Order: sequence, then structure tokens, then C-alpha cells
Amino acid sequence: MSATGAAGLAGATGGDRLRVAGSILRRIAGVFVSVVLTFLGLTCVTFVIGRVVPIDPVLAIVGDHASDEVYQRVRAEIGLDLPIYAQYGRYLVKVLHGDFGTSVITSRPVLEDLLRVFPATIELSALALVIGIALGIPAGVIAAAHRGRWQDQLIRFASLLGYSMPVFWLGLVGLLLFYAKLGWVAGPGRVDTGFDDIVEPVTGLLTIDSLLAGETGVFWNALGHIVLPASILGYLSLAYVARMTRSFMLGQLGQEYILAAMAKGLSPARIIWVHALGNIWVQLVTVIALTFGSLLEGAVLTETVFAWPGLGLYMKNSLYNADLNAVLGGTILVGTVYILLNMLSDLTYPLVDPRARRTA
Amino acid sequence: MSKYRILAGLLGSALAMPFAASSWAETPKDTVVMAKKIDDIITLDPGECYELSGVEMLTNVYDRLLRYEAEDLTKLVGGVAESWTISDDGKTFTFKLRPNLKFQSGAPVTAEDTAFSLQRVAILNKTPGFLITQLGITKDNAKDLIKATDPHTLVLTITENYAPTLVLNVLTSIVASIVEKKAAMEHEENGDLGNAWLKTHSASSGAYKLLGWKPNESVSMEANPSFRLGAPKLKRVVVRHVPETASQRLLLEKGDVDIARDLTSDQLAAIAGNKALKTEEFAGSDTWYLALNQADERLKNPKVREAMRYLVDYQGMTASFLKGTFIVRQTFLPKGFPGALDYEPFKLDVAKAKSLLAEAGYPDGFEVRMDAQNTSPMTEISQSIQQTMGQAGVKVAIVPAELKQVLTVYRARKHEIVAVNWGPDYLDPHTNADAFVYNVDDSDNSKHKLPAWRTHWLIPELSAETLAAASEKDAAKREMMYHDLQKKSTDDGAFVFMFQPVFQVAEQAHVKGLVAGITSDLTFYRLITK
Repeated sequence: MSATGAAGLAGATGGDRLRVAGSILRRIAGVFVSVVLTFLGLTCVTFVIGRVVPIDPVLAIVGDHASDEVYQRVRAEIGLDLPIYAQYGRYLVKVLHGDFGTSVITSRPVLEDLLRVFPATIELSALALVIGIALGIPAGVIAAAHRGRWQDQLIRFASLLGYSMPVFWLGLVGLLLFYAKLGWVAGPGRVDTGFDDIVEPVTGLLTIDSLLAGETGVFWNALGHIVLPASILGYLSLAYVARMTRSFMLGQLGQEYILAAMAKGLSPARIIWVHALGNIWVQLVTVIALTFGSLLEGAVLTETVFAWPGLGLYMKNSLYNADLNAVLGGTILVGTVYILLNMLSDLTYPLVDPRARRTA
Repeated sequence: MSKYRILAGLLGSALAMPFAASSWAETPKDTVVMAKKIDDIITLDPGECYELSGVEMLTNVYDRLLRYEAEDLTKLVGGVAESWTISDDGKTFTFKLRPNLKFQSGAPVTAEDTAFSLQRVAILNKTPGFLITQLGITKDNAKDLIKATDPHTLVLTITENYAPTLVLNVLTSIVASIVEKKAAMEHEENGDLGNAWLKTHSASSGAYKLLGWKPNESVSMEANPSFRLGAPKLKRVVVRHVPETASQRLLLEKGDVDIARDLTSDQLAAIAGNKALKTEEFAGSDTWYLALNQADERLKNPKVREAMRYLVDYQGMTASFLKGTFIVRQTFLPKGFPGALDYEPFKLDVAKAKSLLAEAGYPDGFEVRMDAQNTSPMTEISQSIQQTMGQAGVKVAIVPAELKQVLTVYRARKHEIVAVNWGPDYLDPHTNADAFVYNVDDSDNSKHKLPAWRTHWLIPELSAETLAAASEKDAAKREMMYHDLQKKSTDDGAFVFMFQPVFQVAEQAHVKGLVAGITSDLTFYRLITK
């Protein structure tokens, strides 16, 4: 927002300038406070949930057969003998120092784990989102333009199906058809065993890293592995994007400027794809940002079916083992991403809406 | 409209992406690729590891002082040790090491390394630490009781009264894995004896060396060309974590994995007709049982306990939904275990159970809660029990929960009935006797919180017999003592022993040589060929 804000300031007087600067400062302070409060709430709720679940976290570390002595020592080591508010306080202090603790199930620092698993999820979700947008928006527009006719029915049916179908089932059927029967794509996992460990991680996105390293064999193999899970996640986001696009478009198509454009003799294609679509971008950007956020955290079942070593699988495993450090770390990561996405979509509004540029 | 054509074109090209099937239908020729659930691994340090998958990996990575080898799973032989002698009082064990053994680093395996490896288990005292400490070796006296007297001689002294066979059996377990002292100490942090580093690295002299462990993803290992029994046939083993068993099946069918370890019985049935695949059956070592809480007045009644044993349809379950994956087992030692007794006195008999309940003063039965794990097959087993107990008026309310929750309830002794399973710690009958027929202190502060304690079964007499069996030096007499303990606990214990699992491993038809014994300590990769 600062760039457009500066542009707006160019013609302002000194007093105005001060006032605007003050308001920007206030806004930044407001955002900061709300971010801090969100984080506090997030960690607090997760922490309490993690402590009230009837699972003994010590069991996850020492196993069922450990002696009482070992059990008690580990319990004290992870601070479970302290009252819950003291445990929470201890945790917060550590987090503020950038220490998310060590995961009990991987025995590595949680931060290191997250940095390792998160790129796999980003890669999957980003591709899914591209598929969702590239197909979902046109589908929504077409449905709205042909409201009530067969095109609309077909698209609404397909998107309802995508929205209500369990992703777990869809994943297995997809594997059965495209991997087992047709052999068009590769199976579960991120890359074939033979191609494993060839490329050093740079970005953590295997398709990009393999291209950077010039390993085209790895690239094609990785692409073969990602295309199916990404398509299935993409179908889910397509369903949502198409439905929302359709309803936004219907809102626009009923407006008077559309009538005016038609009266002017503009082609229906131009009216729909340029005028009407152009007016719903702001809403769409929000929808897309939220879709991306939900893809990041919502890939749990997809990652399980496809043995995809990403955040979803990591979080699921941590939850099952009451690995509180990992769960909290993951929650904070997802929360941060949501907040960043929200800010990012705010920043994009002026790009797609000229009015936002003027009033910044 | 031209837009449609563009859209159709996009869709079409997306569907016809050029992924030729042939590029990923085979695993590398020199590599075994195995699909298995391995998310239980939390460490690969043999002084700390106690999870089934982790122990299996380390069985293949580290050599041990003594072993049961893949070639004969029933015979105790030397691993790193070539021979051993036991003092007359049964307390001092002297091991002569094999000459010319080498670690993966190339350094020779010395008695100093073996002493260090055993000492560090007692000093670290992590989860498997009790295997060593139960012998009376603690972190304070470990360096005095475990000594290298010359480069090829290790002397170990125990302070507890234990049968020599028991001690030798413990020395075939995970804690007797031999770690290279120099490599471990080079990576020591804050006096951890290399623990942090060894979680993800190996310093071993076994059949393989560890290449890497990526949590929730894979464990890979590479053949050790200088392994004392000869280099493994295939150069690499990659164990891939595939959590969804249906995905494991697809990977196997497509040839992307050589071996799938966790297929369910319906998936195994579905691939039965596929000529490119085969299945092999291996007995498991777990005991699946019900524990009846003896703090509960009703369940404490011997007649009620006996009635409960007649209200489980053992044979009906193994003939139907457990077919091919479980066998009936009504004693606390699994079939194939040293000292195991084949004894199967119970079958479903509602009439008999009803009369026992009437004698006990419960002619109309009672209501009882049963905690049970919420995954298959425990769900089906508990439903079957609910149904058959219901026929005698015992109304079972099943409390399904995640396994760790069930164990938390059980360990806190808050159950009425709990349906769980138990795996032995090492290949000696004492491991399960200690769990099921030993409890001399039923207080909350007991040092010994295994199943008998957890279900409030206070048994001073049986416990004395368990201790006597553990220290009996005459092997034949010792076996008879375990037979007696099994019979007594099956007839009149606080447990209803039900089943033992059988594992089906599915593999490509040309894959041979996986050896899977009844415990993770006996699962060997080194003979696999394809």
C-alpha cells in the first residue's frame, strides 16, 4: 500500500501529509496489535487443546514398555510436571527467542522440520491453485453467462461434485485409474526411488530445484508424481472458485451498466469477459487467497493417500502422537501464512481495482 | 465462441500430458524398495531406539554381541563375539571377540567398542535401558561391571540373580548393538555419548550402513561390503513410508516397490490372482488380550473371570474377519517363542458362562466398560466380544479411542476391561512372564508398572515363581516352570489371552530372501535377491 500511498501524497499539502502519515502509522500499529493478539490466541488455544487431549505425551517419547524411572525423568525433562500456565509461559518465552522446541517424533528442531516439509506442501498447493484458477474462473464465468442452461447445469454439477466428494476417495480412485490402469502418471511419493537424493534442495520445491540443477530426468519424474495429487486438490479448489465466480458474475450481470453496454451494441463476449469479469477481481483475489490458505492446511488426506511428505502428513502424525511442539509450530506457521496471504490480497486490490488506487 | 475452443484445448493438453508409463514401472536393479508404515521411528540410536520399525532397521545396520541369525532363527550364535564362557556362579560372562571385524569407517571392532556400547545403554538409560539395568548394571557401576580386559576380551558381570540363558538372550537384543566408540565420541554434545548424532547416523559394523532417515518419508541403507557374513546381495535398501495401505497395494502392482509390508487381508485377497506377485506368511510375536481390572468387585470374582473366557468367540473370529492375519493363542507366550506352551482350553460356550455367572451371583449379567483401540481389527474384535458377552447378559459398552489414549487409561488403571496387545522385549520367556505374572507391589508408587500391575492383579506367589524361573540354571527345568506359569495364568488369571498375529508380506514374484522372524530383532534384509 505504501507505493500507492506515496503517489497519493505527491500533491498534498504539509498538513495533509502529517495527517496521512499519522493515519498510516496508526494503521500499521493496528495491524501489529491485531497480529500479536491473533498469535497469542492461536498459541493459547492450541496449547490448551494439546494439554487437555487424553493422550500422555510422555508415552509418545518413551513408549509403552519404559520403566517408571525413565518415564518420570522424561516427564520432568519436557516440563509436564509444572502447572499448565507455567508450561505455557515457558513455551511463549522460547517461541519469542525463535525456538519452537524439538519434535518428539523426529527428534529434530521443529523449525528445521517445518522448513523441510513446508516446501513440499507449497509446491503441491501452488500447482493445485494454478489448476483451480485456470479452470475455475472461466468455468464460473461460462456458468453465469448461460445461467439455467445446460452449460450452467453441467458446471454446477461438476463443481458440486468436487466440493462434496471426499478427497481421500477421489485420490485413491485417481491413483487406480491414472496410475495403476492407464499408467499416465507416477504413483505415490514425491519422486521415484532411483531419482531420490540427486538434487540438492535450494528452494525445497523439487520441480524447480531439478530445473535449476539441470536434472531434466528428475524434473519430469517429479512432475509425473505431482500432477495427480495437484489435479485432485486443484479440482477441489476449482469447485470453490467456480461457484464463487459464478455468483459474483451473476451479481454483475444484473447491473445497469451491462444493460447500457448491450444497448451500445458491444459483443456479449466483450461484456462478459472484460466488463463484468473486470469488476469482480477484488472479490476473486480474496477468494483465491483464502483457497490457497485452505489448500496449505487442507492437504492432510491427500498427503496421506499420496505419501506426500508435506506439512499435512507431518501435522497429522504429530497430532496422533501428542507431539505438542510440532503441532504448535505447524499451527503458528499456518497462521502466519494466513495473515500474510490476507495482507498480500489487500496489497493486490489496487492492482485490480482503480478505485482502490485513488483512495489509498 | 472461440473461448470455448481455447478452454477445450487447454483441457485436452492437460489430460494428454506426456508421461510415458514405462519411465516409472521398475525399481533400480541393485536396490530393494519396500513400502512400510515407518512413522513410529523416533530415533535410530541403538541405545535409545525401541520402536518396532526402528529396531527392524537397526537389526540390519548394527551387528550385535550375540545374535539369532537369518540362516537359523532358533539358534543363539555369536555376533561380534566368537565364543563365551560363564563363571560357575553364573554372574560373570567372558566374551572372546572375532578377529578382523571392521566398522563402516574401516576401523577395527575392539573389545573397547563393545564395552562402550553396552555401558552407554546403562548410562543413557533411555527407553530400552531397562534391558541392561534389570541385570543390576546401572549408570554408576556400568564402567566397573562391563570391561574390556584386552582388545579381544569383554567381561560382563551381573549383580542380579538371573539365568544365564536369559542374560545371553538379552545380549541378542537391540541394546547389544555394537557402536564405534571413536565415531560416537567425536560427535558428542553435552555428555550425550553421541546420542544426538546417532539418531540420524550410523557407526556400525552390520550388514548395512545407514544412508539417511527422512521422517515420514524414507530410511535408506547401503550394503557393507566387509560384513562378516559376506556383503548383502543387493547394494541398497530403501524403506519408503507409505501410510495408506491401498497406496501400498497400487505401488506393488505397478512394480514401483518390490515388497509391501502392511496390506490388509482384503487387499491380499484381491492380489491373490496376480501372477506377478506372491505373498509370504510370517508369525508375529504380539499377544492380543483383554485385561480385567481386579479393583472391580465383579471382575475380581474368579467365576466371573472364568465366565469371561468362555464369552469370546476365538475360533469364530479367526475363521472369519481375522482369517489369515491372526491365530488363536491363549497363553502369554506366542507360538514359536522359547518356552511357549500350546494350550487352548477355551472356546465360546454361552451356557457354561451363564451358569458360572449365576454361581458368582450375577444371573442377569452386568454392565461393563471396555476400552479398545479404534482401528481395525481391534474394532471388529471388540464388537464380536460385545455381541457374545451380550448373549450371557454382560452388556459391554465399548469406548473406542486412539491407541495412545487407550494406553493412557490402562496405565492410569482407570479401565474396567481393556482390549490391547503386548509385544515381547527380547527373545526369552522372562520378558512376557515379567509383564503378565509378576506384581508384588500394587501401590501407585510401584517400580514395576507392567500389565499385571496395570490391572491390579496382585500375585505374590506367582511372582515368586516368575523370579525362580528367571534364575533357574537348568534349561529343561526352566522351560517346565514357564509351562506351569502359562497354564496357571490362562486358567485363572486377570487376563483373557486371545490371539497372535500372522503377517503377510506381499512381494514381486521374483523377489526372494526376506526373513521376518517373530520379532523386529529377527527381520533380515541381507539375503534378499531379485
